[in-house]
Amino acid sequence: MSIAETKTEKLDGWNRPPTMEPEGEGELLEIAMGPHHPSTHGVFRMDVTLDGERVMRLKPVFGYLHRNHEKIAEGAAYLASMPYTDRLDYFCSLSNNWAYALAVEKLVGQAVPERAQYIRVILAELTRIQNHASSIGFLIQEMGASGTPLMYAFREREKILDLFESLTGSRMMCNYMRFGGCRVDVSAAWLASARKVVAGLPAFVDEFEALLTTNEILMARCQGVGVLKPDLAVNASVTGPLLRASGVNYDIRKVDRYGIYDRFKFRVPLGDHGDVYDRYMVRVLEMRESIRILEQALPEIPAGPIMDPKAKIRGFRPKPGEAYGRIEAPKGELGFYLISDGSPNPYRYRVRPPSLINLTILEDMCLGQNVADVVLIFGSVDIVLGEVDR
Amino acid sequence: MAIEENLKIELGKQGVFVTTLEELYNWGRRSSIWPMQFGLACCAIEMIATTMARYDLARFGAEVFRPSPRQADLMIVSGTVTKKMAPQVVRLYNQMAEPRYVIAMGACAISGGPFKQGYNVLKGIDRYIPVDVHIPGCPPRPEALIQAFMTLQKKIDEQPLTGENRPRFLNQNAQGEFPVPEPADHDLEPPSNPGVWSAPVVIR
Ligand code: SF4
Repeated sequence: MSIAETKTEKLDGWNRPPTMEPEGEGELLEIAMGPHHPSTHGVFRMDVTLDGERVMRLKPVFGYLHRNHEKIAEGAAYLASMPYTDRLDYFCSLSNNWAYALAVEKLVGQAVPERAQYIRVILAELTRIQNHASSIGFLIQEMGASGTPLMYAFREREKILDLFESLTGSRMMCNYMRFGGCRVDVSAAWLASARKVVAGLPAFVDEFEALLTTNEILMARCQGVGVLKPDLAVNASVTGPLLRASGVNYDIRKVDRYGIYDRFKFRVPLGDHGDVYDRYMVRVLEMRESIRILEQALPEIPAGPIMDPKAKIRGFRPKPGEAYGRIEAPKGELGFYLISDGSPNPYRYRVRPPSLINLTILEDMCLGQNVADVVLIFGSVDIVLGEVDR
Repeated sequence: MAIEENLKIELGKQGVFVTTLEELYNWGRRSSIWPMQFGLACCAIEMIATTMARYDLARFGAEVFRPSPRQADLMIVSGTVTKKMAPQVVRLYNQMAEPRYVIAMGACAISGGPFKQGYNVLKGIDRYIPVDVHIPGCPPRPEALIQAFMTLQKKIDEQPLTGENRPRFLNQNAQGEFPVPEPADHDLEPPSNPGVWSAPVVIR
């Protein structure tokens, strides 16, 4: 028994086919997809070995966007890292803010007032909707429907970005949450316009689904492609819609009940097959659940302060210790792990990026598939390079 | 040799269209700038948003994003250029056919931006390739990118086809290939291309 085989036994479910046998006589072809490739969502490289059209090996190459986020954060005060978290997953800056604020709040033992919790939930769910809509748009674009679904997704995204902009001053890099609350209060007018946008969202999801869900080409290209088995997904620490599409019921909003998620009624959509189509479907259903959360949160939002008056925002020195704050970001479990040594800067600052960890399973999903499907499977993981390489 | 503007309008009323070869040529070029489909980081999302329905870059003849550098006229460096990526960017620029233009979009592409202090971030793409338009911002709004397009169009409009100031692609002696930096022990080698970039002089 070779080492590879013992490993396979130990890691139950991690039974990757270590040697794909080439069919016939032909030569193997090695190609580098990326770092400049229209489908790689940024600068990412896959070294693919092909036998004809079939993928025999796939080696992801990371690091083309390594921007020293963690190192810079170790040399800066806690608050100074907040704008950098925007640039991790640049589709979902508000969720990143929340995860980081949560970690620091745990580190210093900081409570968050009611109203701020509601604002956080509202913003995080709006972020989730625009992320899922655009990620589906990109996925369909990679199937060759150039533009159209993405146009629909971005039309809706712009409305949500308008809300972000009028509240935080920036379309994408919101830098909004603070330790112990939020930066500026929402006005009644903002809430009214948010309600208006949310009221229009179900119609958008219906339209999106009418165009896509039963589309024959989409079904033919996506069903049965890139199957991820639940046990393998769990072993590889996959999280987010990718995990739930494989049928594992794990949503940190339900598991941790961070913030005030225990007050809202929502369901966790699960897939059965773990293929690309299920991932698409889970994302669509998650959008609907997010709309439900928004519909509950927007009318309920209480009056009150948005910052804990005792909260220290800058210049504080947490006691030596460590904290891990995690949230269900649109792409999976986003966690920040902080170690404090009593100085104003974190001693260690570590990001647990869902994109990177979900991507480690890419080879297992792609082996034996056609090379054209690699692009699709890769798109269905839904990554953002800023978060993968940090 | 420019034609008098009033005369042109007068002739236009009579149904006579007068122009110079230079104007016609530049008009054609500036009305169909095809950018390369090439995103680096956060700014690329704003670049995509610019091509979408609300901002509609098609109004400027530039909605056709080409995946191949061979078919592109314009490179939008949209995002952080790391030292691992910089050789690729220069290589892609070398592969583009003349006439070619570069827009440095965002603080990162201009100078390294918020990540300037990082050990792996290139402090501005203009160290290796000539940049035509810089747009500041982190990220620049789609309107800013449109402004950059209009600036570039104006620049193309004003390019004379002959004489000293003719553009690079009409000048046989101009530099066509730009040296691709190689990763070395501490930094890229060479750290900059002296032909296109020199360290700014600090006046105190
Ligand atoms: S300038 Fe800002 S938004 Fe643009 S790539 Fe750099 S960090 Fe991202």
